[in-house]
Amino acid sequence: MDRKQCCVKLSVQPSRGLMDEKFIVLVQNALPGSQLTIRALHQCEDGHSWEAFGHYTADTTGTINVSEDPSIRGTYSGVEQMGLLWSLRPIPGSKPGLRMRKKNIQTPMEVTISVYQGHQTEGFADLVPLSGVVVERWYMAPGVRRIPVTEGGLTATLFLPSGPGPFPGLLDLWGGGGQLVEYRAALLASHGFASMAIDYLTSKFTMETGKMVDNQYFETAYRVLQQHPQVCGSKIAMIGLSFGTSMTLKMAIYSEVIKLSAAVCISGSHVQPVEGSVEEIMGFFQKNAGKTRFNEKNEAIWRDLLLPIPTDPSLKADVGRLQCPLLLVVGEDDQNWPAQESALDIKEMMARAGNSHLLTVLSYPNAGHLIEPPYTPHARSSTFKTVEIQEKVMCLWGGQTVEHSRAQEDAWKKILVFLRENLYGGRNPTSFSHL
Amino acid sequence: MAVPPILSVTPSRALVDEKFQVLVENLPPGCPVTLRSLHRSEDEDDWEAYGHYVSDHRGVVSVSEDLSFGGMYTGKEPMGLLWSMRPVPGSRKGLRLRKINVCTPMLVNISVHSGHEGFRDRTPLASALAERWYMAPGVKRIDINKQGVQGTLFIPPGPGPFPALLDMWGGGAGLLEYRSALLASRGYVSFSLDYLRSEHLSADVEFKYFETAFNIIRNHPQVIPDRVGILGSSLGSMVAFNLTAYSTIIKVSPRCIVCISSNHYHPPGTTLKAGFKILSKYVLFVGRINCPMLLVNGCDDQNWPTVETAEEVARLLREGGKEHLLSRLAYPGAGHLIEPPFSPHFRATKFIILNSKEKVILLWGGHTKPHSDAQEDSWRKILSFLQLHLYHSPSVKANL
Repeated sequence: MDRKQCCVKLSVQPSRGLMDEKFIVLVQNALPGSQLTIRALHQCEDGHSWEAFGHYTADTTGTINVSEDPSIRGTYSGVEQMGLLWSLRPIPGSKPGLRMRKKNIQTPMEVTISVYQGHQTEGFADLVPLSGVVVERWYMAPGVRRIPVTEGGLTATLFLPSGPGPFPGLLDLWGGGGQLVEYRAALLASHGFASMAIDYLTSKFTMETGKMVDNQYFETAYRVLQQHPQVCGSKIAMIGLSFGTSMTLKMAIYSEVIKLSAAVCISGSHVQPVEGSVEEIMGFFQKNAGKTRFNEKNEAIWRDLLLPIPTDPSLKADVGRLQCPLLLVVGEDDQNWPAQESALDIKEMMARAGNSHLLTVLSYPNAGHLIEPPYTPHARSSTFKTVEIQEKVMCLWGGQTVEHSRAQEDAWKKILVFLRENLYGGRNPTSFSHL
Repeated sequence: MAVPPILSVTPSRALVDEKFQVLVENLPPGCPVTLRSLHRSEDEDDWEAYGHYVSDHRGVVSVSEDLSFGGMYTGKEPMGLLWSMRPVPGSRKGLRLRKINVCTPMLVNISVHSGHEGFRDRTPLASALAERWYMAPGVKRIDINKQGVQGTLFIPPGPGPFPALLDMWGGGAGLLEYRSALLASRGYVSFSLDYLRSEHLSADVEFKYFETAFNIIRNHPQVIPDRVGILGSSLGSMVAFNLTAYSTIIKVSPRCIVCISSNHYHPPGTTLKAGFKILSKYVLFVGRINCPMLLVNGCDDQNWPTVETAEEVARLLREGGKEHLLSRLAYPGAGHLIEPPFSPHFRATKFIILNSKEKVILLWGGHTKPHSDAQEDSWRKILSFLQLHLYHSPSVKANL
């Protein structure tokens, strides 16, 4: 038997999991004490290749368990059960400014996990691994139904959990880049929430007329969700990221039609012209575009556009009037929005108004703007185009990979618990313990 | 509208030999409920299982932790909703559940209903869909029709090369792929051999057919040539045993063999047209066995005298000084059809006799609970046996 290891066994359990589920990567039957590299490779929908790897040493039984053993170096180090996913980065030679986002959520993300002899750092494409497996990561659990919604002029997608229902509902909003982004809503439906992802910036209506939608668009979405036979109309929440936070707060506080049971606002602000339409709010930000800064890499920093936090009440959503629980998620290294400063101001306003018992703030050191469901790569910056600016800009989002990834994992779990408690009214949720 | 309880199955997508956890939350405390599984087979029959539970003070039922107080299974049975499945009342008789298309998962709907008696009359409070797969992601399925040999080959993902298995079933089913698919998902190139078609059944072709099949595997670029084993059940295990025994003549030298529910007497009713020239010369056979052998059988096997066979083989090997090659797993209360775990048990099913094409109901034996335990235990031990002999280095053969 030559020194190349024979029959090293690699297994990943589960081999098909949801995007937010943990897995266990196990190497067995290696030579005791041998140096091995475990590597993940993923080709995203845009055709770019992403990789992550860790350097390990097999123990006396010839085993490596990624959940228990430390990676000595690589794209992650230490004991990191999910490091092979969250530390994925574009392979050397890739174009800069990439961000991994899945568009087609009806198919899984496929990751090839392989184990190589020795501690390798590059040139993996030319090496033959000792063993390799394919892992599927899904945004949609089996039985979740995807339903495009065009009623009332909406551009939206509804995801219904499997089962008879009725289910609490969720309106899901993303930020200034527009588009219909489905993956978070699909994942939330996999956890029991009837979730509607809404395109409110680049909807069919807007693309055809050139006009932005008005407040009624959101109220229509709320009504469509509320009236669905499998949705519990009295238990609807809203979740927004970035500019989606502005919309969420606006609707939660000022809409006569929308009555939310809970709101989740990620990486956003309450600063906005209170009487403003969607267009006017966007315009308000644009007006301050001169405050854009650039770092040494020429990446755009937009966090100053809303600073300083105004004292004029007509320029801030009146959070003192909120009547539902609010969960704020903040990355302290957010370079795109002043989420931390806004959170502090929101806290003060609610304390003065006497409704701060409704507020929970999750603030994460060294986390950036794009706080997303866990175990997907962190983008500290990427090319970005808002609906206002027609050209692509290299936008600095912020965050340090390790802390940002921890923030994503922690925030997601807490968001699910928050939604469960406020929408299902459960006392002690136990079923998120595997996440 | 009241908000319902929450039912979750984790993992929602799993291999068929993996366990899952079924959890119900948000029930009222101390609430009697029934957990039910429902599956529509490829033949369009409905299969179900159910257990009666009571929620705790938090309104939680955990099938892995709690006890069932009635239904198709009782006690603490994490996988009871699968292995205790039966055709729903009113179904045709003598059914057997086997997946033919292994590229798609088996879909099982798990639901929770209020109360115990009459639960079927009420719509479920919640439900979840679980996928059970025979093929792990990346496993390749290849139709083989080569040098006269037919069957289906499954190759694990990865560069290889891999240890391999020749996988043979018994009579009455056509070509079954699911065990090979599962073995490939566990790291073995596995070839499910089609050998029971009428064109194969002439005496001259007999050994040559299997020899060719074995060599096709051994010579495959992704197979390690000296790490090929044979796994057979029922008639297939008889073939496995005989191939191994005659190995010096026909040059088939498996690294190890697994025989499930094997019989070394000429089985009545399932004769090969021109049978093997076999079976009265045991002493000769035993002398030729040179590799580790695992014999698995159910003690309540009503189809073949597998218990007697296993005991005779053990005795002969002992007398021949080869006892160290043999491992035996004998399960009280288990029947003939010992299959991968968590699949339903069939005490008797419809069967078509190979030669006469006669339709009968065949008694396989076994009682559901001990048979299901036997399936779960034996599969784990078969995988462990294969891992030891096909993945780990030392070769017993080298010492003889």
